[in-house]
Amino acid sequence: MKQGLSLFLLLPWLAAGADVTGAIAIRDARIVPVSGPAIPKGTVVVRNGLIEAVGAGVAIPADAWVLSGEGLTVYPGWIDALSTWGIPEQTAAPATAARTGRSAPSPQQTAAAPPAEPRAPTNSHVRAADLIRTTDRRLEAARSAGFTTAVTFPASGVFAGQGAVINLAGEKPGQMVVASPVAQYLTFSSGTPGEFPGSLMGVFAHIRQILLDAEHYRKLQERYARNPVGFKRPDYDRPLEAVLETKRMLVPASREIEMERALKLQGEFRNVEFILYGGHEGYRAAERLRAGGRPVLVNLRWPERSRESDPDREETLRTLELQERAPASPAALAKAGVKFAFYSGGADRPRDLHRAVRRAIEAGLAPEAALRALTLSAAEIYGVADRLGSIDKGKIANLLVTSGDVFQEKTQVKYVIIDGVKYEPSAESSEEASR
Amino acid sequence: MRPWLILIPLAAAALLPAETVVIRNARVLPVTKPEFRGSIVIRDGKIVEAGEKVTEPAGARVIDAGGQYVMPGIIDAHSHIATESTNEMTLSVTSMVDIRDVINPEHVSIYRALAGGVTTANILHGSANAVGGQCAVIKMRWGKDLQGVLFEGSKPGLKFALGENPKRAGSQPEARTTTAAPRYPATRMGVEDVIRQAFTEARQYKKEWDEYRAKSAKGANLPPPRRNLKLEPLVEVLEGKRMAHVHAYRADEMLMMLRLAEEFGFKVRTMEHGLEGYKIARELAAHGVGITTFSDWWAYKLEAYDAIPFNAAAMHRQGVLVSLNSDDVVTQLSAHLNIEAAKTMKYGGLTENEALALITINPAKQLEIDHRVGSIEAGKDADLVIYDKHPLSSYARVQKVLIDGRVYFDRDSDMSERAEREARKKKLIEKQREQQKKQAPARRPS
Repeated sequence: MKQGLSLFLLLPWLAAGADVTGAIAIRDARIVPVSGPAIPKGTVVVRNGLIEAVGAGVAIPADAWVLSGEGLTVYPGWIDALSTWGIPEQTAAPATAARTGRSAPSPQQTAAAPPAEPRAPTNSHVRAADLIRTTDRRLEAARSAGFTTAVTFPASGVFAGQGAVINLAGEKPGQMVVASPVAQYLTFSSGTPGEFPGSLMGVFAHIRQILLDAEHYRKLQERYARNPVGFKRPDYDRPLEAVLETKRMLVPASREIEMERALKLQGEFRNVEFILYGGHEGYRAAERLRAGGRPVLVNLRWPERSRESDPDREETLRTLELQERAPASPAALAKAGVKFAFYSGGADRPRDLHRAVRRAIEAGLAPEAALRALTLSAAEIYGVADRLGSIDKGKIANLLVTSGDVFQEKTQVKYVIIDGVKYEPSAESSEEASR
Repeated sequence: MRPWLILIPLAAAALLPAETVVIRNARVLPVTKPEFRGSIVIRDGKIVEAGEKVTEPAGARVIDAGGQYVMPGIIDAHSHIATESTNEMTLSVTSMVDIRDVINPEHVSIYRALAGGVTTANILHGSANAVGGQCAVIKMRWGKDLQGVLFEGSKPGLKFALGENPKRAGSQPEARTTTAAPRYPATRMGVEDVIRQAFTEARQYKKEWDEYRAKSAKGANLPPPRRNLKLEPLVEVLEGKRMAHVHAYRADEMLMMLRLAEEFGFKVRTMEHGLEGYKIARELAAHGVGITTFSDWWAYKLEAYDAIPFNAAAMHRQGVLVSLNSDDVVTQLSAHLNIEAAKTMKYGGLTENEALALITINPAKQLEIDHRVGSIEAGKDADLVIYDKHPLSSYARVQKVLIDGRVYFDRDSDMSERAEREARKKKLIEKQREQQKKQAPARRPS
């Protein structure tokens, strides 16, 4: 019923045609484009899902729906740099994992080479873009928090699959996809009990072997493409094809030792570009990360003592220090010049996400740096800064409009614009946000 | 083979700031030479002189041992500390896994081993599989990162295991819970077969690469063979570039492994446990395999019933290179390996130096690092332990531990820092409580 209602409200734009939405002009607003200095009083015009004009002296088109921005601030829409938003839980885990190399080798193969290793299942070929559902209830909560975009991933397996940059609203899943595939997502899950890899060591070995196999596969395919005459064709291998499709690869690195391991692995494989995610010990590893030269995605779910934990149990000094200082990591990364973005880390409630960002700011992160991490830096890390991340002419019309400085506790998200379409926070979410 | 080995010279360069240290007024136990009263001069992390009379360089930092004992840092040839996983349980051949990927240099067990006088340890994959994972030698450089704790330039190892554990008849709780399905091998015959099969594959793999390299060198344009991370370490064992460490209890299975190694043309570097080694000491000595064992720990499983406390001494007397190890996952025996060594004086009548050799120079030889560590001699790393009493006395306590001439453990500092750490902890807990109170969800009106 509720869904039907919101569909009805969207009809004016739909009526204009499948790919065309009308113009909206937000005038007299404070505009923070991120890519340049703030405009104290200006106008943003969006049309057909794109930003048509932005600036202080922009003329308002005659056909535009004019929104007063008096007292409001306009930001680029926020980006969740590592997410499962848009993929409801039940579709996140692929039903079957591809497995190759288990079949008996033909006699001819055996003669040429020993049979291929049985290979642990990988989900590298699973594409987030194919799993998007417009009905994921978390989309609405995310929009209410000011997010307009997420880089969303399938989340099961060591090679969990290929991520997509998606906008957090749309009539059809296909409309939501901005870019796909943008990165391969590695997790350190040990998978099915009893199956390799069953330990962290095994996970590392598995990652190495797959990356080597992919490189080997690429060479064989290239050779064959150059000159197929007289050569036996290499077998088609879907998971390896998928590994080769994106250079970017997300690798877990929350603690400093994990960062060291990830950077070491990067040193072994020059054909992939690692993006480290986690980042909670960035406060003490900033110099290492700077030297490593890889971008970092910082988890906004800060480590904290669980409310359910035994009140008598005493944490170690190490854990206590981590809980105290993790929110200082973004500030340390900014100071060291490490490129970083934020991700929701499973925190879906607008209130929690805003509070988490504020904690980073309280721990020393400049608000401008926080904003950049939530917008342009995320877009740059995934190679979509030509489309997203700032308020510039020609970019996708993803905007966040607030009642004031977005990092002040009392500030409210008034509405977001996604692909040129306006979405107001749901009553539930705004109640949640103001509580 | 891995590019990160290139980083080693960088780590060594980090030690460079030249510092000269003199340990004065000490009762020195060099292990390879008789005890003496005197001094040790250390420069740039290396021992440059040790003797009754030494030339003390001007400006040296002096540690007055106050008549206390100095011995070489203890070397634990068989340890599982500071790792985030011990076994890759899922397969019988897991030579593709590498313990270096899961060593955590911040694990407190490193500090605890250090406080027990241990300066070097061989970190091994567990014994769940006939062919286990790759092993690494580390130094207990507490406070350094992973690259900083790895023993630079040391030869890597590969773990093998025989008997009850790989055939899953043992009492390892891990083995019972994590693998539901029965796995080949289930017998000692099967274990042998799995290892033989692995080396046979490795030999074939090596041949394939050798042929490829030979033909490529002659200008043939061939696609390279697929790299196989499981077989590469086995090839290195065959080529003598990687040490074979074999978990074994019974005499028959040890002999089986030696025959198998001789068949494939490599040496077994060490056998872990070897509780029945005294039965076949001559055969062990003939192969040149080192045994790293326990002093008097036995009967914890069926294959450990024929152990005797005289094992270490008996094997030593017959020419076997013997060491005593901790096999620690969390710090237990590595806190007092000196006492384990002392027991061989009671059981077997070893001399003091023979007993101390079991935890210093002998394990150093077993790990092929005796040119660097294991005794107090000019040219060796200044890895030293200062004890208040003779280290073979059960009253002895570690006072200071130096690695590369730097103090990494100091009993007095440890004691004096405790109050400060406790206060820091209390403050953080207080702060956290405050925050939680502030953030507690407001009660809804009911």
